[in-house]
Amino acid sequence: MTTTTDTNHARIDATPLDAVAIRFCGDSGDGMQLTGGLFTNTSALFGNDIATFPDFPAEIRAPRGTTFGVSGFQVQFANTDIYTPGDSVNALVAMNPAGFKTNIADVEPGGIVIVNEDEFNKINFKKCGYQEGYNPLDDDELNRRYQIFKVPMSRLTRESLVDSTMGTKDIDRCRNMYALGIVCWLYDRPLEPTIRFLDNFFGKEKQKPEVAKANIGALKSGFYFGETAELFPVRYQVAKAKLKPGKYRKISGNEATALGFVTAAAKANKQLVYASYPITPASDVLHTLARLKQFGVTTFQAEDEIGAVCAAIGASYAGSFGMTGTSGPGLALKGEAIGLAVMLELPLVIINVQRAGPSTGLPTKTEQADLLFALYGRPSECPCIVVAPRSPSDCFEMAYEAFRLAVRHMCPVIFLSDGYIANGAEPWLLPDLAAIKPIEINHPTEPNGPDGTFLPYKRDPETLARPWAIPGIAGLEHRVGGLEKDASTGNVSYDPENHDKMIRTRAAKILKAADTIPPLEVRGPVSGEALLLGWGGTYGTITTAGDELREKGHSVSTAHLRYLNPMPKNLGEVLGNFKTIIVPEINLGQLVKLIRCEFLIDAIGINEVRGQPFRIDTLVRKTLEIMNR
Amino acid sequence: MHDTQLPTLKAKDFSSDQDIRWCPGCGDYAILKAVQKTLPNLDKAKEDYVFVSGIGCAARFPYYMNTYGLHSIHGRAPAFATGIKLANPELDVWLVSGDGDLLSIGGNHTMHTMRRNVDINILLLNNRIYGLTKGQYSPTSEFGKKTKSTPLGSPDYPVNPLIWSIGAGCTFVARCIDIDVKHIEQLMTRAAAHRGTSFVEIYQDCNIFNHQTWFYASQKDGKKTNTLLLEHGKPMIFGEDSEKGLRMNGTKLEVIELGNGVTESDVLLHDETDRGLAFMLSQLLYPDFPEPLGVIYCSDEQDTYDNVVHKQIRQAIEERGVGDLEKLINEGDTWVVEDD
Repeated sequence: MTTTTDTNHARIDATPLDAVAIRFCGDSGDGMQLTGGLFTNTSALFGNDIATFPDFPAEIRAPRGTTFGVSGFQVQFANTDIYTPGDSVNALVAMNPAGFKTNIADVEPGGIVIVNEDEFNKINFKKCGYQEGYNPLDDDELNRRYQIFKVPMSRLTRESLVDSTMGTKDIDRCRNMYALGIVCWLYDRPLEPTIRFLDNFFGKEKQKPEVAKANIGALKSGFYFGETAELFPVRYQVAKAKLKPGKYRKISGNEATALGFVTAAAKANKQLVYASYPITPASDVLHTLARLKQFGVTTFQAEDEIGAVCAAIGASYAGSFGMTGTSGPGLALKGEAIGLAVMLELPLVIINVQRAGPSTGLPTKTEQADLLFALYGRPSECPCIVVAPRSPSDCFEMAYEAFRLAVRHMCPVIFLSDGYIANGAEPWLLPDLAAIKPIEINHPTEPNGPDGTFLPYKRDPETLARPWAIPGIAGLEHRVGGLEKDASTGNVSYDPENHDKMIRTRAAKILKAADTIPPLEVRGPVSGEALLLGWGGTYGTITTAGDELREKGHSVSTAHLRYLNPMPKNLGEVLGNFKTIIVPEINLGQLVKLIRCEFLIDAIGINEVRGQPFRIDTLVRKTLEIMNR
Repeated sequence: MHDTQLPTLKAKDFSSDQDIRWCPGCGDYAILKAVQKTLPNLDKAKEDYVFVSGIGCAARFPYYMNTYGLHSIHGRAPAFATGIKLANPELDVWLVSGDGDLLSIGGNHTMHTMRRNVDINILLLNNRIYGLTKGQYSPTSEFGKKTKSTPLGSPDYPVNPLIWSIGAGCTFVARCIDIDVKHIEQLMTRAAAHRGTSFVEIYQDCNIFNHQTWFYASQKDGKKTNTLLLEHGKPMIFGEDSEKGLRMNGTKLEVIELGNGVTESDVLLHDETDRGLAFMLSQLLYPDFPEPLGVIYCSDEQDTYDNVVHKQIRQAIEERGVGDLEKLINEGDTWVVEDD
């Protein structure tokens, strides 16, 4: 490159945009999750609001080039508050024909599509099921509908790394960084955060400086290609978002969950014992906690789901805070032990990162169909507290809440996360740790009954919790177990009246939790035509749909439940101020059932169970349909 | 964890105020007595004992002990015990349960607890029958056994608890009989002293649904011939008049008669640290062989699971310092949004 050409390439002025949704897709071995994650980091550090949606197959390395092996990562970055990764894709990066084929329909008309032209060959067309002789890149209709940019990324990556000592196979693995370089140029993003990551990760952690060098080389080449190739007529810029002032970092739901429990344990001065069995999409909680041993966190990878929950209960019995984490199928296996924890009245948290079922279902896809199971999926009258975070960063706060309620009421708490918020990421306004309240726990050291006896089921009238006496304290030796307890002594009792009393007491205790949970807040006017009521991971979509509807002049407010059992005390009052209650859920209507039955209101559900988050436009359209009935 | 001298306790100090609900004549009574007699002699405070059980007749055990106790759910006692040790490795955890609980529904947990070498003591009360559900065959019932659920005889080959535990990597394996209270006390004392999982199989008579199943090993006539009392470093001799012994013949153990030139020096010595020998002894079954009693295997070479886990925590704190929450939440790339 000569000096003359350099000056000739005056920078193309960037066109300002409010928000952009980009999706990277390719084979599950193409490094699309890493690429998307790095672009997200860059945008977050730049100061945009971000929301991500990783979408990958259950197979680790499905056969190359097939449609079922396609891995995708969508990120929306914006100059305003956003709550979702976006309905439609403004720009698609497709590393192969299979990615192109499975994702092209989600691109907005006129949207940008950047493809690795080198992979668009006969063999790959056949692998992903395109008809013989058909090349989608030559399809007139597609070319009219989208701005398709063909870049021979494989060749250009190889050429840019001609001096590398690495083999061709390893060099080819840098293609994703080449693609990222192009996108960074197109959206005027700095390369420094990515270079820093590559240096640290490959150079320092993995001790492979040549890999770091090659990836950085490919990244820069991609960027310069954008600058010099004159392929793109425009360049875009998304200004910083006006977020609430403060210090931020990017965080995923599973990370926030782990940090939330570690923080709660520290605030309670308690040792955390996390016993779990690997399961998608909950395993990252185990991974995160396993490297936090310096916080006194003990992690236990048990032999199975049942062993995990039982060890967690054992840990709580012995005075630690026992927790377990799983996804739907694992929750089924843990049911009997949760019943025991209800009977023993010991604190326990069960994280359920919901995924699409039933059975193995779609293990890497999201769903929120375990609500009724969490509430009622155990034999007999077996109530637990149930909470549900509404976004990746909200997992931090709700983890603290789950911990607080479990020790306050001496009972199991089910924490209903889902695959979408567990893997999705957003900016997290770092909390003021000093402002987070300590969690008070009192372990008795003295007998509480007549003649120096200890009554393990003597309750605190305010919380109905029994004392948490832990082994090692002389004079408080007592036995607990799965058999029904005498309400006063805690000894085994088969008395009918006593059983009735204990069943009612355990239920009343859970309802007591409502005393300290915050009231439900309404976004928009507190009364009007329609209320969109949601819970869990649909918060972003429902909130955005509600905002859009109000902007269009419709009388629609939104509210989101983070406490499912018990529900906030003001829920009935909130519901009573709207003519129509609409409940969007990624299930066949579970919360709506509870609302109808509890409040005798003709609430109406919006339901889709596709393993995917809702689209905003779907919610807007269906809400209007319901309102116009 | 206790600086002060431990108070002198008696067996009755370990007895709870609850009425015992086992059937009169049940072998569990003798075992409960033996346990209550042993504990005062061990160097532990009463409040540091935790008795854990699963489900079944034997699993009622914790209710009758005046210690901390957890009567859990069917088969999962080893997992609860593991959790207790993870939380507080100073506690002395005793797991008491039956053959159905620990070897059938709970087989998985039993196996994995043993291979991890969690520092707990397991007493398996083996009566070869399901008592609490009223008489179905258990995983240790003999092949062909006729019960309510197997009117034509059990089609299952039984579990051998000793082979199972040694195969799973258990570091202390022993066996005794319910009526021999002294021997139970001896083995319990050894088990308590062992660091790691100790497993004691106790032949226990269910006098309602499987009476006399162990009589060949427990009654005067035959006991000495049908069992072999092991002592570390001593020749393996048995029989009414100590007239028989075991020796190696090729790769197998064989029974020899002493006398006619065969002397004690021809008899194999018991080496409780030899895992291979332990495997062979475990396979000796009545009526072809005497069934071994005593400490079959004991190895102190392996660290305990709870110790390794807590070592890792101490190591993490040494290397990285006590966790700092502020640092933790600030990890990775952060950015600041300024006031306008």
